[in-house]
Amino acid sequence: MILAILEHQNGVFPETSLEALTAARELARATNDSVEVVLIGSQSKILLSHLKGCAKALVVEDAKLDHYVPEAYAKIVAETIQKRSPKIVLAAGTDLGNDWMSRVAVRLDLGLATGCAEFRADGAALKVTRFNWGGSLLEEAELLSSPKLVTVQPHAVIKKSGEGADPAIESLSVALSEKDFRIQIKQVLASEKKGITLQDAKVVVGGGRGMGAAENFKMLEELASLLNGAVGGSRVATNNGWRPHSDQIGQTGQIIAPDLYIACGISGAIQHMVGCKASKKILIINKDSEAPIFQRADYGVIGDALQIIPALITELKKAKGM
Amino acid sequence: MKVLVCVKRVPDTGGGFKLTGDGQRVDTTNMDFTISPHEECAVEEAIRLIEKHGGSSTVLTLGPEPAQEQLREAIAKGMNGAILLEAPDYEAWDPAATAQAIAEAAKPGAFEVLLFGNECADSCNYQVGLRVAHMLDIPCVTGVKSLEIQGTKAIAMREVKSGREVYEVTLPAAFTVKEGLNSPRHPSLRGIMGAKKVPIEKKKLGKREPQLIRKLLRKPQEGRGQIEILGNGADAAPKIVAKLRELGVL
Repeated sequence: MILAILEHQNGVFPETSLEALTAARELARATNDSVEVVLIGSQSKILLSHLKGCAKALVVEDAKLDHYVPEAYAKIVAETIQKRSPKIVLAAGTDLGNDWMSRVAVRLDLGLATGCAEFRADGAALKVTRFNWGGSLLEEAELLSSPKLVTVQPHAVIKKSGEGADPAIESLSVALSEKDFRIQIKQVLASEKKGITLQDAKVVVGGGRGMGAAENFKMLEELASLLNGAVGGSRVATNNGWRPHSDQIGQTGQIIAPDLYIACGISGAIQHMVGCKASKKILIINKDSEAPIFQRADYGVIGDALQIIPALITELKKAKGM
Repeated sequence: MKVLVCVKRVPDTGGGFKLTGDGQRVDTTNMDFTISPHEECAVEEAIRLIEKHGGSSTVLTLGPEPAQEQLREAIAKGMNGAILLEAPDYEAWDPAATAQAIAEAAKPGAFEVLLFGNECADSCNYQVGLRVAHMLDIPCVTGVKSLEIQGTKAIAMREVKSGREVYEVTLPAAFTVKEGLNSPRHPSLRGIMGAKKVPIEKKKLGKREPQLIRKLLRKPQEGRGQIEILGNGADAAPKIVAKLRELGVL
């Protein structure tokens, strides 16, 4: 049996959970196994329509667990693994999924392969391809302990819906103690950000060292607004205080996947490129034609971004009849 | 208050890297070494916590002899002591083995606050901090972007897609932190000179059998072909607009 541990927010799956479910179904097909799913929270049953073809939905419908409670969630999964003996256990490789599965792994003293993009079950063995350096390198690895615990790298698996009957529902009963709630959530604060986010924008404009100063990001804001896009920055830009850290595009910031990424005055350090390589197209503006980013983009303009962007804004306004 | 920060020596990759012929590791010939940006913020946070609350801070790494360079850099910035868990083959230590050695070195009760990077830059395992915390039976909050100590409590904030979550835990506790937590300082010349004299505590601990084994590293296929140069300087603006139209984003 393949066990999928799926995070959701009040009965809504993020895309990453559907990707992990797809990976579980494909592994089950390859090993001729069934899929069972663990869902936690009072809204779990809303999700059953996504689980066609899965044998069982193992649910804990407890409103106290609607928001992630790290140690309680880990205990539920660890006990379920002990009772049901799956061969492989998968979750999405999100912040929450990696947190959750790491806690499960240490409770059961098992190995865990995070950020897996490919899986090959070979008898009792499981070989995986993992992201290293944020995806700049791939690692072929093998898990020796069993059951095999893995998390699925976001956007590495293309989600597909399942076929077949709805799963049978089974309620899990796990005794939780006060200690399982010792990591307490005190407050959930809504984002203060206005406008389109880096995650949702179809066009992202990024600025780096070549922008030179915080005030020069105003022209990037104007360019982005003409294209209904969002503005981000390289690590140099956020470390210099030109942009808030939450706008950093890169391995230690946000991973973006817009239709078009316009990189201005960015040299193309690995740390940055892993954050934008999922963009469909990349257009760069840089005065140094030797910069590494020229090897990793679709379109390039050679020159000073501080001169080219104002000219581009003028031209765009003309094109839009403004 | 006693604070422990755990860091990992990694190559400073900059614009690109090569692999060794056997595909087992990054070819670090002519490369500098550093720690990940998350860990730089952990070091900075430890220094600030001690400046505010008093006590001492210790930086720890599991790695080869030359990893003393990373420990001394942290001391030069203002940390007080350092521990090197000697492991010349540190790249073959999986997260469980690494965590067990750290948990053994950081005995229960020795530190009130343990800081880790959310994930290391190279192998991106995301789990050493959580494993150490479990072995020491203390709570751990991951992905922390702000941390405040109030007596025996810690208030830790993490960012999620919809906004921010604020957690409260009782000390001792572990935190894995993310870049953006603070702006790391540079070491002063005096700090660099002083750091040379600080003794580094060295320990050699047994390695448990790894459960996650690396077979090979390889570069992913780059999906992009030859770059199309649209022009030079401001004169290229009309060509850029034409390209934006062609791509359907205008």
